[in-house]
Amino acid sequence: MTLDGFDSGRTARITSVDWAILAEDEGKRLQALGVDEGAEVAIVHRGVFGTRDPIALRIGNMTIAIRRAHAAAIEVEGA
Amino acid sequence: MSRKHTAALVGNPNSGKSALFNALTGARQKIANYAGVTVERKAGRLTLPSGEPVELLDLPGAYSFDAASPDEAVTRDVVKGTFEGEAVPDVLVLVLDAANLEQHLVFAQEVLELGRPTVVALNMVDLAERDGLTLDPEALSEALGVPVIPTVAVRRRGITELAAAVAEAETHADEEAHKRWHLTLPERRLSAKHMARAAILSKSTRHTIENGVDRILLNPWIGPVILFGLLFVIFQAVFAWATPFADALEGGVGILSAGVTDTMASGIFRDFLTEGVLAGVGSVVVFLPQIIILFAFILVMEASGYMARAAFLMDRLMAGVGLSGKSFIPLLSSFACAIPGIMATRSIADPKDRLTTILIAPLMTCSARLPVYAVIISAVIPDTSVGAGVGLQGLVLFALYVAGIIGAMVVALVLRRTVTKGAASGFIMELPRYQLPRVKDLAIGLWQRAWVFLRRAGTIIFVATIALWVLLSFPKAGEGESQLDASYAGVVADAIHPVLEPVGFNREMSLALVPAIAAREVAVSALATTYAINAEDEDLAAQGVTERIAALWTLPMALAFLAWFVFAPQCLSTIAVARRETNGWKWPIVMVVYLFALAWIAAGATYWIAVSLGL
Repeated sequence: MTLDGFDSGRTARITSVDWAILAEDEGKRLQALGVDEGAEVAIVHRGVFGTRDPIALRIGNMTIAIRRAHAAAIEVEGA
Repeated sequence: MSRKHTAALVGNPNSGKSALFNALTGARQKIANYAGVTVERKAGRLTLPSGEPVELLDLPGAYSFDAASPDEAVTRDVVKGTFEGEAVPDVLVLVLDAANLEQHLVFAQEVLELGRPTVVALNMVDLAERDGLTLDPEALSEALGVPVIPTVAVRRRGITELAAAVAEAETHADEEAHKRWHLTLPERRLSAKHMARAAILSKSTRHTIENGVDRILLNPWIGPVILFGLLFVIFQAVFAWATPFADALEGGVGILSAGVTDTMASGIFRDFLTEGVLAGVGSVVVFLPQIIILFAFILVMEASGYMARAAFLMDRLMAGVGLSGKSFIPLLSSFACAIPGIMATRSIADPKDRLTTILIAPLMTCSARLPVYAVIISAVIPDTSVGAGVGLQGLVLFALYVAGIIGAMVVALVLRRTVTKGAASGFIMELPRYQLPRVKDLAIGLWQRAWVFLRRAGTIIFVATIALWVLLSFPKAGEGESQLDASYAGVVADAIHPVLEPVGFNREMSLALVPAIAAREVAVSALATTYAINAEDEDLAAQGVTERIAALWTLPMALAFLAWFVFAPQCLSTIAVARRETNGWKWPIVMVVYLFALAWIAAGATYWIAVSLGL
């Protein structure tokens, strides 16, 4: 399943990322932040309003904000 | 050695680099731009233990050399020595967040691969301790092969040791670089993990405060309420607290002007000083208190880590018009003045996002519109209550603010579908840890923003005012003729009046717009001058501009004038800054044309509707 549908608070392991559907710069940025195959992440907060966008992601000791559209490109499994 | 030595701070964003820079160099910093790009170049002087001065550069934060933003490209090029006009730094000071080692060591390895003399500042060790981490700097030093100095920039811990290590590293500055083996990103990540593990002596599973605080501040229901409450307080402060200071500054300029008038013989040069220089520069300086107060709030929000949360909360709203949460910060600044707002767009990585934000920044109601709004509203809107303690005048003022915001959102939506069309921009942003801002860092930041504002706006306004003074003062009026009618400005006003007549403007209003091209608030003094000069007798001349407007303007005319100022780009400084930040005239021209078109339509619609309603 993809990260945007994953439960909040649970740790997920990234199994693959569909870089092709992400803008090149954004893919680079995500990689630089450590969002890549094998990384363990957890959704810690979800945004306002109906779409619950953006989402806050815990990765290592860092919290990053991404959009759900990015999360939809990230395939994960429970860790 | 006589050559001037240089060192540079490199590191990830949010590694506490700027606080470390302040601690190492003190308040004497030079801010400029890197040649050819609008990336801020911050330099200061670091004094080594031997007393030798070294120029220290604070390079923009970067996540990697594979640059995703213009800022990162500058860092990469300067560090690699490929940036034209910048000497390659003799020593690199690599700043790592102690609590975030595993992430920050990835970029660190990329920097160390260059083989330049490098010293590592293991920064914010106190925050790491707060999170329950105990670190071993020596193990890290061994793994990285360079000295590692634990520092707490905000408490000046480790600063002398760091300076000593820079001095030591500098002795190797002229040696050939020992380039290291190039690793791939996954390899670097893996070794970062190992190094971080080896450097962490103990780790208690204490909960970081971020989770708890964010649970409230990022709560989908409470979070926005807190943010809007805070924004309300900020606006109250900007307009209420700044007034006495602005009045004092205005008084000071008045005293200075009176002093010049008393001491100098009357003539063109004295008029030039009082009506041109002092009136013009003074009109900018009076906005300084508001700008300082707004920036004090913005700096505290940034330094504490809350600003990123505000961007997070606003992202959904901004996404609705094709922007991202990152545009929120520049737009917030634009409520004081569009100039610092437009400069703050540099933090937006996406070029189309950034351009759109620059183009709509002038629609945020800046403080220069307030004098115009205040005078017109008090002249034509009755001071009555509409119930529940809300005054009609205040309501009109609020409506003008809202009109600007809605206008900006609509324009952004249209721009993102036309001239700045492109893939919907994303929003990827680190949410830094919460920190207590330090007064000295805030003071340095405020001083820098105030100085940049005064210098930039001051020089442009200065030149513009001289030009306008000339236009208004020449050719000299003959007997029985008003100076404004006779002047070049009067000629210009006659030329534009036919365009403005259909939207309800009388000749005085059209005339006031001419000098107000330099700065909006000049419209008020221009109206005052016009009515004072054109008064038929002494009694009328003694009346204030408010009374004259109340007597001579109809309500639809006044409302049209207010609507005009919501949109009109009447500020040369903003246009000049937009030109600089977009590297050309194309976008400032687009901005000016669309804003004047909107101003005309808004004024016209207001006038025609008001007239047809019989107001």
